[in-house]
Amino acid sequence: MVFDLQALLAILLMALATYATRAGGLWLASRLTLSGRVEAWLDHIPGAILVSIVAPTVLASGPAEALAGLAVVLVALRTGSLPVAMVTGVCAVLVLRAVA
Amino acid sequence: MDKTTVTFTWRGALEGAKRCLPIEISGFAIGLVFGVLAGQAGLSVVESFLMSALVFSGAAQFVVLGLWATPLPVAGIALTTLVVGLRHLLMGAALSPFFSKLSRLRAYGSVFFMADENWALTMSEFSKGKRDAAFLLGGGLAMFASWTTSTLVGRTVGGFLREPARWGLDFAFTAVFLALLVGMWRGRSDLLPWAVAALVAVAAHHLLPGQWYILLGGLTGSLAGAVRRGV
Repeated sequence: MVFDLQALLAILLMALATYATRAGGLWLASRLTLSGRVEAWLDHIPGAILVSIVAPTVLASGPAEALAGLAVVLVALRTGSLPVAMVTGVCAVLVLRAVA
Repeated sequence: MDKTTVTFTWRGALEGAKRCLPIEISGFAIGLVFGVLAGQAGLSVVESFLMSALVFSGAAQFVVLGLWATPLPVAGIALTTLVVGLRHLLMGAALSPFFSKLSRLRAYGSVFFMADENWALTMSEFSKGKRDAAFLLGGGLAMFASWTTSTLVGRTVGGFLREPARWGLDFAFTAVFLALLVGMWRGRSDLLPWAVAALVAVAAHHLLPGQWYILLGGLTGSLAGAVRRGV
């Protein structure tokens, strides 16, 4: 079986739903008039989203993830390099999970 | 902040593809895992590939694998995808001051390739004063190539990779986002929105199923930042 129609339908609907969310925010926000407060809101979205993605893992899943997170922050502050920070995080969490 | 002169160049796209390289590599590993799990969930090679190419969202794709059963709950799968994708609304909104300066084709074509990672890098570029909007597309296309290829490889020959946590790979994106956050910190004005986002996200992650915590934390945190600036 190469594909079945039900599965294809599900995948197409998934594609539609995802694209709607990707385009929808841009579409809606480009219709807002940029008052100071709206601009301040848009301006704070990136930080707030990224904090929300990492917070449960770093702050609430255990000492290994918290310490690895701390290591990443320190390395990022020191080097400013994304690849180095990523490798540090993966290695740190591997080691810390093994010992913790 | 001057957002008026937004460019869209090959140079910017190449820069995006280059800067997203660590993400393309860890994304490749995650895509291998997705391919393996998709096979176990009963998706054919063609179906797995189509899903990665048309949906291009790791979060949504992993979540729906848990729903993949016979008979297929098509409506439930579509609705779940929509809910998982709601955070894109906020991300797109944050792009709009810059992307509303582009032609429709460029803006709405680019956002098809908007994933958490290249979006975050793009916003971090914008916050440093760079104004080439093709950065998002360049990073996105490279990630797309990596994601679709790795799905195929994982689906066909990747039986050996099952648990991403065993290799620490589940932490790769957390590390990337943390490092980007370090660069985004602008000082005290970020303290309140970030603290609100963290608190709400941790609470929502604990109390609610799925991915609501990203949307709720992002929304309350950014609103806290806006309200504070108003007073």
